[in-house]
Amino acid sequence: MIGSSIFIFIFAMWILIIIGGGIAVLILAPISITDYGEFNLIISSGIKAVISIAMVISWIFILSKVKNWIFRTTLKI
Amino acid sequence: MEQQIIAAIIVSATAFFSVFVITPFLIKALEKRNSTVKDYHRKGGAMIARPGGPSLIAGIIISGIVLYSFFPMMEIIAILITTSLAFFVGLVDDKKIMSGWFKPIALAATAIPILVLGVYDSDLSFPLFGEVKIPLLYIAVVVIMISITGNTINSIDVLNGVASGFMVIAATALTISLIILQKYEIAVLSLSLVFVSLAFYKYHKFPSKIFPGDSGALTLGAMYGAIAIVGQVEVIAAVALGPAIINSFLFLSSMKRIVEHREIKAKPITLTEDFMLKATSDKDASVTLVRLILAGGKPLSEKEVGFVIFRLTIFSGVLSIITALMMGISL
Repeated sequence: MIGSSIFIFIFAMWILIIIGGGIAVLILAPISITDYGEFNLIISSGIKAVISIAMVISWIFILSKVKNWIFRTTLKI
Repeated sequence: MEQQIIAAIIVSATAFFSVFVITPFLIKALEKRNSTVKDYHRKGGAMIARPGGPSLIAGIIISGIVLYSFFPMMEIIAILITTSLAFFVGLVDDKKIMSGWFKPIALAATAIPILVLGVYDSDLSFPLFGEVKIPLLYIAVVVIMISITGNTINSIDVLNGVASGFMVIAATALTISLIILQKYEIAVLSLSLVFVSLAFYKYHKFPSKIFPGDSGALTLGAMYGAIAIVGQVEVIAAVALGPAIINSFLFLSSMKRIVEHREIKAKPITLTEDFMLKATSDKDASVTLVRLILAGGKPLSEKEVGFVIFRLTIFSGVLSIITALMMGISL
């Protein structure tokens, strides 16, 4: 079937989104800073932002690996 | 519930018929002003009217006003303003060739009405695991979301009928998801996006009579992104956009930078003598969804490639609806 490997790639992307969501909820959500007064929100948001960016970079890296694995034959174009 | 059903029928009909009626007049006006571009994939290289954005934005605004008369909600106003701003960004790009960075940055600015009017919730919902509260970080999500959805729809607008047909399927999946999550008013607005795209598809499908241009593609993409934010279905919306996101991902990972398609000399696909599409073997050319569909197989007609993309979008749409159903399940 034409593009069948692309269906697998879309499915892999979906699984990665769900796993990423789980990590975000389990790791990001509990982060709470309490000792810096009015800066609590900014500091905790900063930490969450750094973790989020790291997660996005990892996600792109994993997706690239998945892409190379799925399309290893067709990408030799 | 009865009021929502009546609104859905009237808004859908208004959205469909406004675009259906306005577009032929727009085609004539554009042809009269010589605002046409060559369709290189067509035998004889027909000249096609462009941009179709004005008829799309007219349909969206008319149906949006009708919906507002039923439900005077600030959310509707915010979505309409953001969509209109995205239309103007696209129109500038249609009239004048801008750099690769113009659209992502300008589209990010179109998210301002959503932020200023405060029609968003900073909780990001994920299936199975629940929500994560990210008050400040969510502002970045809003800005990035509009930019991504606008640009991904624009990047998939490469073949006759693909952008509008893609949006019909993706927005239908989004509408069903919003209904599942009981966000009925936003679902009706999403339904108007389905019918606006469907009416435009009538003229955009192979062989196209009009191309949406940047103004059309950015209008559809930005409205989709704005609905996702206001309806709090960001993750679901991203899943439904699967093939378009893959297209952008493949393009960026092969080019390693943000660049306009027209700036790249090497072509990812070529035409056979009988006007079929075929992947090139040029190492410098970008990897795109269309090139991937054609790679390793026999040449396909433009219409056939379009239908492969639609099948992929239906698959993504089904996954997005499953994601919406999973939102109600907590591990």
